[in-house]
Formats: sequence, structure tokens, C-alpha cells
Amino acid sequence: MKRFARLFSEIDSTTRTTEKVEAMSRYFADADPADAAWAVWFLSGGRPKRLIPVRLLATWAMEESEISPWLFEESYHAVGDLAETIALLLPENSSSGDAPLDEWVRLKLLAIGGAPEEVQKQIVLDAWRSLGGVERFVWNKLITGSFRVGVSQSLLVRALSRASAVPEAVISHRLAGDWRPTPESYGKLVAEGNETPAESSPYPFYLAYPLETDLEALGPVEEWQAEWKWDGIRSQLIRRNGSTYIWSRGDDLITERFPELVEAAEWLPDGTVIDGEILPWRDGRPLPFAQLQRRIGRRNVTAKIRAEVPVSILAYDLLELEHEDVREHPLSWRRAKLAQLLETAHAESRITLSPVVEAGSWSDIREAKNRARVLGAEGLMLKRLDSPYGVGRRKGGWWKWKLDPYSVDAVMVYAQPGHGRRALLHTDYTFAVRDGDTLVPFAKAYSGLTDAEIREMDAWIRRNTVEKFGPVRSVKPEQVFELGFEGIQASTRHKSGIAVRFPRILRWRKDKPASEADTIESLRALLVSAEGDSS
Amino acid sequence: MLITLVVITLIFKSGSWLRDPLTKLLIVNDLLRTTERGLYCEAGDFYIDPWMPVDRAIITHAHGDHARWGSRTYVCSAESERVLRTRLFGANIVARDWREEFHANGVSITLFPAGHILGSAQIRVSYKGETWVVSGDYKTEPDPTCTPFDAVRCNVFVTESTFGLPIYRWSKQSETFADIAAWWRSNREAGRASIIFAYALGKAQRILAGLKDLAEGSFYTHGAVERLNRDYRDAGIDLPRTTYAASVPKGHDWTGALIIAPPSAAGSTWLRRFGPSSTAFASGWMRVRGARRRRSVDRGFVVSDHVDWPALMSAIDATGAERVLVTHGYRDPVVRALQERGLAAEAIASRWEGEGESETEDVIPDDETAPG
Repeated sequence: MKRFARLFSEIDSTTRTTEKVEAMSRYFADADPADAAWAVWFLSGGRPKRLIPVRLLATWAMEESEISPWLFEESYHAVGDLAETIALLLPENSSSGDAPLDEWVRLKLLAIGGAPEEVQKQIVLDAWRSLGGVERFVWNKLITGSFRVGVSQSLLVRALSRASAVPEAVISHRLAGDWRPTPESYGKLVAEGNETPAESSPYPFYLAYPLETDLEALGPVEEWQAEWKWDGIRSQLIRRNGSTYIWSRGDDLITERFPELVEAAEWLPDGTVIDGEILPWRDGRPLPFAQLQRRIGRRNVTAKIRAEVPVSILAYDLLELEHEDVREHPLSWRRAKLAQLLETAHAESRITLSPVVEAGSWSDIREAKNRARVLGAEGLMLKRLDSPYGVGRRKGGWWKWKLDPYSVDAVMVYAQPGHGRRALLHTDYTFAVRDGDTLVPFAKAYSGLTDAEIREMDAWIRRNTVEKFGPVRSVKPEQVFELGFEGIQASTRHKSGIAVRFPRILRWRKDKPASEADTIESLRALLVSAEGDSS
Repeated sequence: MLITLVVITLIFKSGSWLRDPLTKLLIVNDLLRTTERGLYCEAGDFYIDPWMPVDRAIITHAHGDHARWGSRTYVCSAESERVLRTRLFGANIVARDWREEFHANGVSITLFPAGHILGSAQIRVSYKGETWVVSGDYKTEPDPTCTPFDAVRCNVFVTESTFGLPIYRWSKQSETFADIAAWWRSNREAGRASIIFAYALGKAQRILAGLKDLAEGSFYTHGAVERLNRDYRDAGIDLPRTTYAASVPKGHDWTGALIIAPPSAAGSTWLRRFGPSSTAFASGWMRVRGARRRRSVDRGFVVSDHVDWPALMSAIDATGAERVLVTHGYRDPVVRALQERGLAAEAIASRWEGEGESETEDVIPDDETAPG
């Protein structure tokens, strides 16, 4: 446990990915396979199925540290993380024994779930009394199922590869699917050999730069193809030798997450690789990205979640046809072949051609961009018809042209402390627009300020608090911010009658008094124009 | 009483802290009371750590949030004098020895060491049989760079509460300094310089003194730190040899060096000269992971010049005070905890709402942002 806690500290105390990878590969190089298996499992987001209710943990922690509930609450507000609050409040002890991680997990962590409360309490108290410092914090993170350390699957794979000298692609492949944390499966994970069928290997993704010139500077519009830019998971769908593989742009193999796409891919001819965007898709348009996140998060894709969040892949490009790499062919050629291919596939297919935008002039393109929001797209992609499918991010062939978000000037009316990295500081703000002489709250946002601005704002908030409601403070309505948001719709759940999507702070308008902030009428006007577009 | 209330209400136009039920105004006939200029003793006609210019100011210590420029006369501890003169250049300063009693309009005043930084004082004020002690900032842990804290008996104790939550508990200093030395060593081995951010006055010198016998290489300083090192050495504090970083010729190999700089230097171009380096921040706030990560430094070391929660509670007990006024920090939780222990406790306003991590553990004055 000590060694694993040290690994956590090492990962946690640096922002450099190279150092994170080094720390992990050092760990895997000499860890016992039983411990290493659990480490892999936790680092890739595994958590115990049954957890102890946090309410019980908090109660036991208060007893153990002899702290009254209100003081526990105050401490929690200052820390912003329950596992850490408990670790900081419990009486200090020097950790004596050093049982291996495997023992902690099998005999304690997994034994807890479903045990009678008395037994649970005993296990937890024993752990608290025998673990010190970071180990206690890590243990709390594990039992609350909130162990996250900021390493992606690809960093983990890189570290395992470095420790075992097995190629990353092989590790990634072996780790995909329902990997179980046993010493045997860890042994297989890092065993020599290269059995990964080349059939699963994706091509590097070709990425676009944001458009930086006038459209006209791109030359004749006839040389370009415009497509909708979707906000989903950029992916490669690979169909080779009767098997299907789906890779995300983050080099994660995500095949199991999307069984409906695997089914649909059976209709594709062998030796096909498609570049596209996985989207939560219903009735010809995308659902909010947040819905897709519900599916990314889980290994177990139930019928219920499949029904609630159906997905499609919108195909952009064709990289391999009849086992042949076709990336050097011009886009116009690849696109035609892709269209042909998908036409012959199943009619109900969840693999569909992402439509192009018909345009006779650059001004048609401009108009199309204004329709993007209504279609649920985040902008346009502009691709030269003669462009090959390149590698990485290159300038010239492909450009992305994203929508400007909506924006209004709003007044801050409430503030509350953030969590995690931003606990202790007031970072979550509620904003209002003017409605006659009153202010109507309509959005909450917390991102967009620099750390220095956050500190300055925090100091202002403390000096200008009008009332406190627990951690929430109402403040003098004086600070004006320009807020951006991606969408707007009517809402009966909000006092303002309006709900905005992905609100964020664009800038702090120190130059503007609250009396010049935008009004509820201006929000309603945005709403009318948004609804007018969709009808 | 009514008039005073009206005046104060007018001054604190926001009224925000008046509405806070725990923030009570001190009663007018109290020996000390808060005014718009700071804590005031009417009987003796002087202020303690005023935040606006006054005629007579008694200063607990030289940090920027306690020693403000512009008053006609200042009284401070003799130990503090040199640093205060650096901070308030040209000010009219009278220095008093520890435990030397002096008077203002018949009010007895005595300074006792507070153990926060060099020369930091608690101020005991006695009049007509009643004794008040204003703690200023303090810690009870030993610190080789200043005279240790003295528990002073009193009727009313005015205490700070910067780290007034039970999550704040300091480890043994020897362990913390050993951790810093280990980090320094591993940086040296990895071919890196070690840069530690610490408040220029007090914290920086404490770290230098603490690492004196654990050194893994040479010490270098930012200008703001170096200036104060001079004052500390002049006051007889034993610090290791330090070199002003800007005086080092270009092309120097900084591998294995330890550089001490004020927090304002973090992220600045001043750091570029050191090449590959690891950064750390030394502060009591580093006890909480979120605060560590927010600073965007590689390491956070918990080194504080304030009392932690257990020390705060025992220091209050040791005064024997029947009434405790809590300022500067987590006032409300400390007040409530003291009330639960059966003490009469109230929160009093301070200009700097320390609660939470603003720019203080100690306020960073502007002069520390100067390059050098």
C-alpha cells in the first residue's frame, strides 16, 4: 500500500506527462504482479462495485476525530473533497505495517461491500488507525470510488510498455475489453510477444487547424468541400478479417462501448477503415454531448442506456478500401467511394455519411455556418477536394471553422467555493441579467478566468458579501462579465424562463457598470432567433 | 454608543459584516475596539496595526498587512526594528524591549514575543485592573529565526485565526525540512535546480535556517529575500551563506542550487535563467491538495508561521482569558468552537478577510514583485 501511495504522490505532484509515465513504469518494473494488476485496474478507472455510503464514512470520521458535525462541514467546505477532509481530520498515526496493495484490496476493500454495517465500520476504522498520511488519503479515495489521478489510458499503456518492453499497441489491445485484475492477467498483459493482429491497427488521425484567413483567401469555392463539424468522439471504425475495432482519437480502443456500431459494421465489406464522429443521435440530429459521456463512462452497456442514448457514427472519410490504404487519393475520390460503400450497406445502418454543405459561393458557406447551431453542429469543416488524408495536424488542406458562442453581459449575484483544485476560493458564480429594476439569475459558470483573476475576484467577494447561505454568498451586484454559451432554450425550470447551454466566462468587464448589463429582453430576443432558425 | 454605531455603519456602507450575526461590534467602553482605522485604545489614544494613517501606531510585526505606511509614530519591538525600518523607510519608529513596560495616558503597554517572524510581538494592554493581549500573528513552534512565543495571562485575548480549522495540523518541522532536503537532493541528481517560493519576510529566512545543516548545494536568493536576509543577519540571526541570484554571471550551471524567491516570482520570466528546475511552495495552505495543485508547483511543503488548530486551542487556553476575540482568518468556526468549550468568544472585523486562501498566508507587498 505504501508503494502504491507513493506512486500516487509521484503522479499527483507533477504536471509533466513524462514524469507521470516514468513514475508508473518504475512502479510496474518491480511491483508484485498481484499488486500491479490492481494498480492497472485503479489507474484505468476501475472501482469497487459496492461502496460504503459517504454519510456513514463521515459519521465514523467525526467519531474517530472527535469533531462536531458543523465543524466537519466547515472543514469539508474548505477542502472540497470528502476523502481528503477525512484524511486530514483523523488523528495522526505513524503507519506501521505495510501490507501489499493486493491484500488491502481483496481482504478489505472488496470485503466491505455487502458486509453488515458493524463489520464495515471495523474494517474502515482499522484502516484509518493503521494507515498514515498519503496512504490514508488513497485508501479513502478507493473506498469512496473517487480515485482519479489524472493519467489517461494512453499514459498508462505507455508506462506498461516501457516497463515491459512490449509495444504500446499490443498492451492497448490486451487491455481492451473486460480486463480482470488478477496476477495471471497482469502476467499476460506484460508478457513478451506481439500477437496483436495487425488487423486492429488504426491509422494516425488527420487533424485540422482553426481557420485563420478570410474565406475568399482560400481560392475558388469549387475547390473545397464543406461539411458539418460535429461535437462527438472522433473515431476510426475498422473492419478487417471479420472483426470490428473502434479507436478513439485518444488511441483508446472503445469497441465494447458501442455494440450497435459493431453490429452495423458487420454490413461493411472486409478491409474497410472509416474516419468519422460517434454521436448520440436520434431523429436525425445529435443529442447533447453530455448524453454521450454517460456512455463513455461505463464498461457495462445495458439495454436501457442503449435505448436512452442511441449512437451513430457519421462517416467523414475513407482510409482503407478492400484492404488497401487509400489515404493518398484525393478527398473527392475517397468521398465518392465512401458514399458508394455506405449506400450498399444496410439501410437502417447506424453508419451514415456525414452530409456535405452544397455551396455555390463563399457567402453560401457563411450562411450555412449560421445554420450549424440549429442542426446541432459546432461549425464547419473546410477540406480541399484534392487533399490527401494526412498525418497529424497540418496547415493548408483542412480547416475548422467553429461557431462563435452566444454572448451577453451579465451581473454576478452569487458566489460559492469550488471543489478540488479550486476549493477554498470562490470560483462558482451565478449570473443575472437586468429585468427592469431587478436582476434575474439565469446561468452558473465557473470557467474562464485566470488564476490571478480568480484570486482577485475571491478577495472582492469576501469584502462585498451581502448574505451567506451556507457556502453560498450573495454579493453586491456590481461585477459584470461577458458570458458565452453554446445554446439557448425556453425552460420552465428556471426563474428566468430560459436555459443556456455550456455557459462560460469570456471576460471580466471591469469597464462596465451593472446598470449597462444586458436585459432579459435581449436574452429573449436570442431565444426567438434561435427558435426561429429551427422552424 | 449609538453615535459610534451610526458612524461605523456609514463607514462600512456595505453593511455586509454588520449583518453577519457572529460579527459583533466591540462595546464602546471596552479597552480596545475596532474602528475604521483599526483596533483602537481610547484610554491610551493609540492604535494596534492600523490599516490607515494614525498618530500613534503600535505594530505587532512588519508584514504588509500589519505595518502600513503613513502613521506619525510607530512603536515596535527592538527585535523588529531593523526590518520595520526597511519596510517603512523613513518612518518615525520607537523600539521597545521585550517585557519593558511603557505607558500611554496611564495605560500600561508591554510587548511579548509572538514567535511568528523576527520581532513579532503580542501586545499586552492593561488599564484599571483589566488586561488585554493582542496576539498579532503567532506560532508556538520553535523557530531559530525569532524569539519564541510567550504565553501571557490576560482577561481578554485577541487572537488571529488564519488556520482555524482542524484540518490544519502541522507535522514535526524536522520531518518537513528533511522532506525539502530530499526533494532538493533528487533534483540535484536529476540535473535540476530547486526553486522554493516562500514569503520574503520570515518564511524565507526560516527555511534557510532550517536547511542550514541539511544543505545539498548552495543557496541563492531573489532580491526581495536577499534584502531581508541582510536585516536578519544584522539582527544576529544565523543564516547559511546565500548568493543574490541576479549577481551570478550568465551561463552558470544551476544544477543542485536551491533558489528562494517570493511567491510573486512564480511563473515569471525571472525563473528562466535557472534552466531545468523543480518548483515548490512553502506555506501552511499546502496542507490541502487543492491549494497545492492550484499553485501549479511541483511540490507543496507545509511550513507555516501561524499556529495550527491544536496549537491555537492550547495557546488560547494558556492565556486563561475569559473572553476571546477572534480576527483575521477562519473567525466564525473558531468562535463557535470556543463557545462550545464554554468561553465567551466573538468575531471581530479585520480589514483583511483572511478566511480562505486569498493572497495571504501573509500579504505580499508590492516591493516583492520588483525584479532582482
